[in-house]
Amino acid sequence: MIYFLFAAIKAGTPLLLGTTGEIVTEKAGNLNLGVEGMMFLGAFAGFYVGHHTGSVLLALLASCIMGALGALIYAFLTVTLKANQTVSGLALTIFGTGFANFFGQIMIAGTEGGVPKLPDGFMARLAETPIPLLGNIPVVGKLLFSHNPLVYVAVIISVLCFIYIAKTRPGLNMRSVGENPAAADAAGINVTAVKYIHIMLGGAICGLGGAYISLINGGGVWNNNCVNGQGWIAVALVIFASWSPIKAIIGSLVFGAFSVLQFYAPKDIIDIPNAFYVMLPYLITAIVLVISSVKKSKEHTQPAGCSVNYFREER
Amino acid sequence: MKRFTKLAALILAVAMLLMVAGCTGGEQGGTAKADFKVGVIHIGDPADGAGYSYAHDLGIVDMQANLQLTDAQVIRKINVNDTDAAATRTAIEECIEEGCNIIFGTSWGYMDTMEQLAAEYPDVVFSHGTGYKSNGTNFNNYFGRIYQARYLSGIAAGLKTQSDKIGYVAAMDVTNSEVTGGINAFAMGVESVNPDAKVYVKVTNSWFSPDLEKQAAEALLDMGCDVIAQHCDTTAPQLAAQSRGVWGVGYNSDMTKDAPQAHLTAPVWNWGVYYTKAAKAVMDGTWDGANYFGGMDDGLVDISPLSENCAEGTAEAIEEARAKIMDGSFKVFEGELYDNAGNQVCAEGEVLSDADITGAMNWYYKNVEAK
Repeated sequence: MIYFLFAAIKAGTPLLLGTTGEIVTEKAGNLNLGVEGMMFLGAFAGFYVGHHTGSVLLALLASCIMGALGALIYAFLTVTLKANQTVSGLALTIFGTGFANFFGQIMIAGTEGGVPKLPDGFMARLAETPIPLLGNIPVVGKLLFSHNPLVYVAVIISVLCFIYIAKTRPGLNMRSVGENPAAADAAGINVTAVKYIHIMLGGAICGLGGAYISLINGGGVWNNNCVNGQGWIAVALVIFASWSPIKAIIGSLVFGAFSVLQFYAPKDIIDIPNAFYVMLPYLITAIVLVISSVKKSKEHTQPAGCSVNYFREER
Repeated sequence: MKRFTKLAALILAVAMLLMVAGCTGGEQGGTAKADFKVGVIHIGDPADGAGYSYAHDLGIVDMQANLQLTDAQVIRKINVNDTDAAATRTAIEECIEEGCNIIFGTSWGYMDTMEQLAAEYPDVVFSHGTGYKSNGTNFNNYFGRIYQARYLSGIAAGLKTQSDKIGYVAAMDVTNSEVTGGINAFAMGVESVNPDAKVYVKVTNSWFSPDLEKQAAEALLDMGCDVIAQHCDTTAPQLAAQSRGVWGVGYNSDMTKDAPQAHLTAPVWNWGVYYTKAAKAVMDGTWDGANYFGGMDDGLVDISPLSENCAEGTAEAIEEARAKIMDGSFKVFEGELYDNAGNQVCAEGEVLSDADITGAMNWYYKNVEAK
């Protein structure tokens, strides 16, 4: 059971980062379906830089920058050129996937033996290590305080995002842009700047999620197609978490648990086809959608201005 | 006079046409080497450096070297989705247009499309891997007794394990007999040297999924398994074993280069054995259209060189079993055999046929547990 929850937390971490990034983006009024693409960009950049420099910090930084640059393309298309958000996001997904696989392929071809690897010391710095003292507590120590460092980074980022969105003035400005850009504009907020900043911030967080996949999940070896749909699960998780980074922590744990449940469920007690476990996260999302639309609560829904481009002239 | 010239021209033209027709119809007599072309349809990209398409392409490269063909004489189509019949047909027809004399389809899903195309293009030879159909003339199937190699890799795993728990990451569940037959052969290899050990199976339902394969391997490691074997395409299970400081048995290619501290050995295909044989037969005009099913004695299957992680005595034990397989005195699936529910699946003295092992095996051997 402890093993199961431990594996669930690990599986949930890239989802948490992707979800948090998308929440930040959507709170600023832009629906960016390019999460998968930005995660791919971050996954490749993180691995590539890690592979060549051996520096964890540089690798993570590179993945953030690449994710943000991917988001910048999207921001330019939707905020400046006012292109359709859905289509732009999809384009970013396709672009990011292709980019990572194309350059991943070149990296594979350019490596002796065809296996691009991260240096040993690099992996050691990202290994699962118990935190001194806290890690010695029975059960809880193993479950909560023995993870690889990126798990804590992810949780800290989503808590910070929560505080930022809910408690700070710039967070308030950003929410007003997401809910009603015309009103925000009238209040003297620079709508375009706010959108650009938060779309790129969201992209950077998604990129970090991608780096988690290529650096941790990949076990130190580059795999093409490594993100493999997790960006889309993150998009679904945004709804599940009802646009709150704190709930996203719980949501990603639940989804992570579902994704590993098939390997930990005792088959001699409950024997359900594997396909059922694969279906579960989406089923839950559908149920959550139904419940939230029945409740019609204003507080926990998509920002009103989300996915609608803001034309100042149409005010 | 003018009419005569016209008539003569017509006769000449007809004669030339007949000659051309005669040339293309001369398949039986073989094809000149300079005109010979080979097409290959890959489901993935061989440049990935490991896994299924990579293993097949090594065989193609081997064939090219053996027959001394130029690069222009080998036409590859990569990333052809085998569940998409239209894409498969397009890729194969492109090969035909470029003048391929023989086309290898490396994945199961190409089989039906290739069968149809074989009827439409009787002058081209279609050779399909891992299936079973054949039309006896220009369409056949090739596959092999990889279970022999898996048996040997099971010996390496059985000798290495300390916890007597061996994990096996399987792409498909018990209903897929190719995977299941492999697991059973592996488990028998384990049993032959370590009767106490059990093989635990986790299924990912995907041939290629680094994440699921890693998660499945970690679940097995959490159960206390200390050797992780696999029938899936990525190196993720081996890397998971390595990061926990235990061991693994790979598949398809020598994964010692990917996980040097964990990998013991891997069952591997030497597809070049068949590709050379088939392409040469078509070139010489001796192609007979029969299905091919090769084993260790042909050199089609083997295990990769044992790494230094192997337990002491592994090489000797494997050599002994290999010798018996090679001289035919030992068949892997020889009765009597029991499945893990206690049913007898093969009676004393009986030997299961290759068709049963690769096509109709839906039970796990007695020391296998799929929980």
